[in-house]
Parts: sequence; C-alpha cells; structure tokens
Amino acid sequence: MSGNGKDMRTPLGRVAGLGSAHSGTGHFWWQRLTAVANVPLTIAFVVILVSLFGRNQAAAQQILGTPVVAIIMLLFIASITYHMRLGMQVVIEDYVHGEIIRPLLIMANTFFTIAVGLAAGYGILKLSFGV
Amino acid sequence: MVQLNLPKNSKVTEGRTWAYPTGARDVREYKIYRWSPDDGKNPRIDTYYVDCGDCGPMVLDALIWIKNNIDPTLTFRRSCREGVCGSCAMNIDGSNTLACTKHAGDVSSSAVKIYPLPHQPVVKDLVPDLTNFYAQYASIEPWLHTKSPTPEKEWKQSHEDRVKLDGLYECILCACCSTSCPSYWWNSERFLGPAALLQASRWIDDSRDEEKGERLDKLEDPFRLYRCHTIMNCAKACPKGLNPAKAIAGIKRKMVDRQV
Repeated sequence: MSGNGKDMRTPLGRVAGLGSAHSGTGHFWWQRLTAVANVPLTIAFVVILVSLFGRNQAAAQQILGTPVVAIIMLLFIASITYHMRLGMQVVIEDYVHGEIIRPLLIMANTFFTIAVGLAAGYGILKLSFGV
Repeated sequence: MVQLNLPKNSKVTEGRTWAYPTGARDVREYKIYRWSPDDGKNPRIDTYYVDCGDCGPMVLDALIWIKNNIDPTLTFRRSCREGVCGSCAMNIDGSNTLACTKHAGDVSSSAVKIYPLPHQPVVKDLVPDLTNFYAQYASIEPWLHTKSPTPEKEWKQSHEDRVKLDGLYECILCACCSTSCPSYWWNSERFLGPAALLQASRWIDDSRDEEKGERLDKLEDPFRLYRCHTIMNCAKACPKGLNPAKAIAGIKRKMVDRQV
C-alpha cells in the first residue's frame, strides 16, 4: 500500500506484479466438470453403499466383482478426489499467504489426494478381483 | 495466513460523546469512526447527536451538519451529493454505500454507525487510501484499444451492441463493491476485485474494441480473476444497482469459450 515506506514501487508496478499466469481456466473448467460428474457418480455410490450394508465380505466381493459396479466406484473415486484437490487448492490460495508455506501446502494437498485416491482404488480393485 | 484479528494499533476504542443539541425535538444518534495519523492513538468511536429538524434527510447531510455545527475536525470525502461522483462511499449500518444516497430513516438501529470502507488503509477518519484500487483500475487499461486505421469520423457501434454495455458503463468507481468482497480483503494485492473486473468486462464487451483476446490474456490468472467465488457481496453493496459478479461470470465464460 502507499503507506509502506519500504516499498518504493509505483502503485501500477505493484499491481502488475509478475504479470498474468495465463492459466486458471483449466482449473475452473475441471472444477465444474468434476462437479457435474459427481452428481450421478455420488448417487450411484450411495446406492452401491446401501446395497453393501449387512453383507459379509464374500457378498461384497460379489457385488464389487461386477465390472459395471467396480468401474462406477473407480470413476467416483477419481472424480471426487480430483474435485477435492481442486477445491482445497482454492481454499489454500485464498487464505494462506506465505511464500514458502503456500506451495508446500499445495504440494501436500496433491500428495494427500493421490494417496487417498490410490488407496481407495486399490481397495476396490482388490475386492473386485477377490485377490 | 489471513489475519483475523485487528493489529494492536487498529483496535477500536470508546471515544468522546459530544454535546446534545439544545432545543432540538428530533434528534438522531450517530456513532462515527475517528482516527488521526497525527496523534499516535488507536481509532475511536465518537458519539454525536444530530438535530434532524435542522439538517437534510441523508446520512451525508448529517455528516455535513456535524462538521458545521459540532466538530469541524471530522474528515470525510464528498462532492456531488447525488450518487454520481462516488466520493462519499463508506460503511453505514454495516453495509458499504454512498452517504449521499443513504436515507438516515432507512437505518433501522437507533444509532447510525459509520465506518470507513473496510480493509483499506485509513488516511483519516472516514477517508480510505484507495491507491491500490485506482492502480488496479488503471491496469485494465480502461480505454478503447484498436488496430484498424482510425476512421475519419467515429468508431461505429450498432444499437444492439451499445445495449450490451448497459449495467457496466454506469459504474462510478466508488469502491463499495471491491471493499465488501472477502476475496478482495484476503488478496487485494493480487485479485483485481469486482470494480476493476466489471470495468474490464465493459471493454471486453465493447464491440468497437479490437484487443479482446489481449485483455482476456491479461486477466487469465488464478489470482487476478479466479479469486472471485461468486460470493455476491459486490452486487448487494453496489449503490448503483449494478452486478459485478455477473460481469465477472461473463469474463470466465469467455475464457472457457475460447478453449472449449
């Protein structure tokens, strides 16, 4: 701000900063695309989840062994975790301002998403193939 | 991290209660933010009693009455007194608006509370430092960009294309919208804010402008544009009834349109 004696840049120079990143639209588009995908996938996920209630592992394996069910579950995990990563990135960019902590948190956010997504996907595949 | 607590020197304290006007029948209480850069003290809230029988109906009338009759040191910006210049933008009764078009009778609480526009450095009392805001406006280059040879007369525009600028050109740059936007509070050094983006939209949507692509290129940035999360405080605050959120959504749509 203009009251900061240490910063002698012009106001226009401060606003210009490092220029435009020429990105962000991909993030915006994918956030909406996954949001649209999440609507049918979440409904299908809940239906599958309800059908698994009260069943033993063999029955669960039989349901998840159906290719359509397994593929819907994998699509659900892929869409929901990617959506989660995009959304959490927005929260970090909004509220965390440190030049070191922000990229670190965005990195951690990506690692966490990949770990959660792969663990869930592995679980589904394991049950599905009955290994 | 975002700073949720006010810094020590910004904590607001109880201020002075000024004299009740003698002989007045219709009196309204005003609680006004005061801060001076000269005395090193924290901001305070002063209480004034305004003789409504002796002053006009708008909040700006009351401020001018206080300055003329009670406290000449009360500092605020004002000029046109009819909602055209945008000088008297301030936070009245919890909302950013123009003091000149805000009827004191529309404030439901007994006391009319007045603060400067939020989250901007204060120059004095109700005067915010809008240097950054104006620089952001300048950064979108708010004038016609053309490459074709300048025509002998005017750059022509159809009536239909002119209508597309309605709801955009009326902005008076009072900063009520930008300073009501939480995204602008947290990231005002990088997010252009609703006012500058509405103005950017005004030039992108102008059929005569020949650098729409370059304008979009400059805006395509996670912070400059995409900090807008359609919170809609901007549209709620705008004293001219404009909708910056809609204009920003239009810019985002064009960003997608040229890719998908």
